[in-house]
Amino acid sequence: MKIYYLPSHEYIKVEDNIGLVGISVYAAKQLGTVTYVDMPEEGDDVEKEEVFGAVESRKAASDLFAPVSGEVLEVNEELADNPRLINNAPLETWIMKVKINDLSELDALMDEAAYAAYCEGLSH
Amino acid sequence: MNKRLYSNLIFELSQRGRRGYSLPDYNYACTSMNLPGSLLRAEAPELPEVDEPTVVRHYTNSSNNNFGVDTGFYPLGSCTMKYNPKINEAMVGRCGIANLHPSQSTASVQGALRVYRTLEQYLAEIGGMAEFTLNPFAGAHGEYCGLMVIKAYHLSRGDDARTKVIVPVSAHGTNPASAAMAGFEIVEVECLSDGTVDIDDFRSKLDDAVAAVMLTNPNTVGMFEKNIPQIAEAVHAAGALLYYDGANLNPMLGVARPGDMGFDVMHINLHKTFSTPHGGGGPGAGPVGVRKGLEAFLPNPRVVECADGTLDVADGEYGFGRLGAWLGNFAVYVKALAYILTMGPDGLGKVGPLATLNANYVMHALSDLYLQPIEGPCKHEFVFDGIRDKSTGVTTLNIAKALLDYDFHAPTIYFPLLFHESLMIEPTETESKETLDAFVDVMRKIAVDAVSEPDKVKGAPYTTPVTHPDEDEAALNPIVKFKDL
Amino acid sequence: MHPYLPHTEADIAAMLHSCGAETLDDLYADVPPSLRLKEPYRLPDAMSEPELERFFACIAHQNHERIIFAGGGFYHHYTPAAVTAMTSRSEFLTAYTPYQPEISQGTLQYIFEYQSMMCSLTGLDVSNASMYDGASATAEAMIMAVAVSRRKRRVLISATVAEAVAQVAATYAFGAGITLEVIPEHAGSTDRESLAQMLGAGDVAGVIVASPNRFGIIEDYSGLADMCHAAKSLLIMNCHASTLGVLRSPAEWGADIACGEAQSLGMPLNYGGPYLGYLCCTKSLMRKMPGRIVGATVDSEGRRAFVLTLQAREQHIRRQKATSNICSNQGIMTLHVAAYLSLMGAEGLRRVNELSYRAAHTLAERLCATGKVRMRYLDSPYLNEFVVETVEPLDADTMLGALDVEGILGGIRLSDNAVLIAATEMCSPADIERYVKTIEKL
Repeated sequence: MKIYYLPSHEYIKVEDNIGLVGISVYAAKQLGTVTYVDMPEEGDDVEKEEVFGAVESRKAASDLFAPVSGEVLEVNEELADNPRLINNAPLETWIMKVKINDLSELDALMDEAAYAAYCEGLSH
Repeated sequence: MNKRLYSNLIFELSQRGRRGYSLPDYNYACTSMNLPGSLLRAEAPELPEVDEPTVVRHYTNSSNNNFGVDTGFYPLGSCTMKYNPKINEAMVGRCGIANLHPSQSTASVQGALRVYRTLEQYLAEIGGMAEFTLNPFAGAHGEYCGLMVIKAYHLSRGDDARTKVIVPVSAHGTNPASAAMAGFEIVEVECLSDGTVDIDDFRSKLDDAVAAVMLTNPNTVGMFEKNIPQIAEAVHAAGALLYYDGANLNPMLGVARPGDMGFDVMHINLHKTFSTPHGGGGPGAGPVGVRKGLEAFLPNPRVVECADGTLDVADGEYGFGRLGAWLGNFAVYVKALAYILTMGPDGLGKVGPLATLNANYVMHALSDLYLQPIEGPCKHEFVFDGIRDKSTGVTTLNIAKALLDYDFHAPTIYFPLLFHESLMIEPTETESKETLDAFVDVMRKIAVDAVSEPDKVKGAPYTTPVTHPDEDEAALNPIVKFKDL
Repeated sequence: MHPYLPHTEADIAAMLHSCGAETLDDLYADVPPSLRLKEPYRLPDAMSEPELERFFACIAHQNHERIIFAGGGFYHHYTPAAVTAMTSRSEFLTAYTPYQPEISQGTLQYIFEYQSMMCSLTGLDVSNASMYDGASATAEAMIMAVAVSRRKRRVLISATVAEAVAQVAATYAFGAGITLEVIPEHAGSTDRESLAQMLGAGDVAGVIVASPNRFGIIEDYSGLADMCHAAKSLLIMNCHASTLGVLRSPAEWGADIACGEAQSLGMPLNYGGPYLGYLCCTKSLMRKMPGRIVGATVDSEGRRAFVLTLQAREQHIRRQKATSNICSNQGIMTLHVAAYLSLMGAEGLRRVNELSYRAAHTLAERLCATGKVRMRYLDSPYLNEFVVETVEPLDADTMLGALDVEGILGGIRLSDNAVLIAATEMCSPADIERYVKTIEKL
């Protein structure tokens, strides 16, 4: 499973044409305790770089941007009752599972190393 | 005090069979209510059953858990927490509006309409505007009203391509939120290191798709936008209008008028500059003024002068629409008018300079211990970026909470967003030198303690009715009514 | 100096000195001289308190109270003296928004009580801490429905919703680019067939109806929520708060959002305000609700504490992406509601409604017996407000004019021959007698 990132700190873990989308370790840390996740509905179509939801902490709200275009196959229902799962394990706690329309859209995203360097740059 | 007995929720003081009401037992010809059962509620609403003394003790005791301007110094930046004169409250009862219904004939409410019209005219003089409406209920509502006036103006010229509103990154959150509600796209403009608008960035974003530029002057870090004449010229050259967010009008009283600075539309927060009490969140009032040529677009209804000198209420032909059921938070206008009348031109003329003096005095007395990111002099308020010595990890939040133990309200914290540890202080003109000196002493002590006893400062407050409420828990598992408890 | 300005000349000199300035003007060196005020404001000279009292006594002289038989959304109900005493406490009145919960438990607690009471009245799960008035609350409910739907931008509003409310909603719709369409009325009630057709066209985010409606009629909304929900639309009900003491609640009708004017909970008329707009919704919509919400939690010592919560919805965090721009709301008026409903209780509120019903029905019957007017909606149930049509040659202006001479505000003119009349517990049998006698003479 390969992982890609957006500059707005969403990740997508890809296997075949299925992607799991969540927020990065860096983003989870910046946000503080996540108190609510606004998720799309199963069957929704999401567009690359368009807002598909939001994560809220007590004093911040961050829109979630879709890394790719596709159809929402599933959302992580566990987050409705326990949004803090995102803080505990961001990379294991995906928010939506999406069927990717066009795999070439992944080419424009950052890989793990590029994203690490990007975050390094932000903290300076 | 009987806090233990009476400070529970009123629901918890309820006893079946108690009552606190007093109603007539009229002998109407129709003796009972007779409505189809399908239209009635199945069960009575769950409300407390309490006697009048219990209600009064409950709220009186709970008021002791509150801090108002009448309690003490309230240096909440950007909120202008000045003293609320008592005579203003008394005049609401005196002026005979308590039982006036909005649908009464205008002949029977000439006094009320005179209050409205007189206040409009006085605000126009103070703002340097041609005409005002008092209808908006609050500052944010005023912003919305002003932007809708601007929208109506552009559309009346057949220009429907102006879809954007420019706001500085340092603006109050209501500015972009109001612009979004009025259907505009928001463009943010950068600030220079002194918090003023970056003119180059500003010019690059100004085009014929811009409907309005929203500014507050002095801005949200308390600095006067010196380049305002050039900004106004550029805005007008681009065909856009310049909007004045009146949140920071107080230091301009007696000094300069937004209309003379080139602003086309403005709102005023009566609950800030004109001393009406904020009521723990409202009611406020956000009158909107416009320069000549824009009057026709003000919202309905309008109070208008008739040829015979009487006043009437009417809808204008080009008004952009309606903001509320009638003429807004009317009783608030009585208080603001009373304030203007008791202050007079001389008193009002001193407000701005003295508010500015107080702010500079406090800033000077603290800037060796607190980090002052912007060179002074400031206007009515200023921002520190936390304490200078951050080695012990004491934050602006800790300082705010520590102040509470010394019976001062905290300043505004973490706004503006330009600095990580923003601590924004606005003393207002109604505070004496002694009060400011006492505040300065405490602020200095906290800054010293922050280095020598950081854990003590981080643990504050210690003496308040509650301490360190778990706000994460409140957001994770919302309990928003008695039944949820 | 002035009573609200404590500085002496010596204070000013000392303070300027410590700021390194010589004059107050030095502090304004950055304001270009061309912008400076050249002369004092052209305003009347300052008045002393006795002079101010005279000024407002003169204003009062030009205001004329009436015996009020008009409603249209604003009703003359009794204000218990204890309510005014509580809302006048300056610890409450002179506080700002409760940003510092440690020293704002008084404000936070009464807002929590207010929210609890509004949830009881509407039957819904969540109430916010107030909106400006009933009309703007309804407009915000419309925007909320659009935000919840994510994509739909069409909302329907019944022609039986009060005119001013509909106008405010239309203004907000125009601003935000929402299409607001009017559902026609039939015999004073929302036309269900038209509604079904309009819903059938799809893309409707919300449907707004009123209870009692603009003619005072209590419409039967059986099945309405199912119709809306089948079309994936929310049902928004605008209700006069006081009537919820007896009438079927929005939750019982299946509404998703309840909103409206709370003035009827004993708020002084004050020629239009301040009043209070309430807004309640189901739990699933809570995160899209505009305005402040108070929540209960515990402090570090295990004590119950109240805080502003779910703030990530609001403009100071979300800026242009917030559902609403609302910041200041009606604050102290929520204390009015909490104190009023505490004193009244469910029983007192029922009695207010019962007295209003009996007064209105007595008046209606007596008026019709004069033969000068007749009921416009004969078979429609109403609580405290109804529409009469004048019988020729009498017309609405003559009728209201004659009553005005008698010191009676006889109602609201709807057309040349129709008047909307309301009654409350403030209308005594003698007041009703006077109203009827005046009409008999016409």
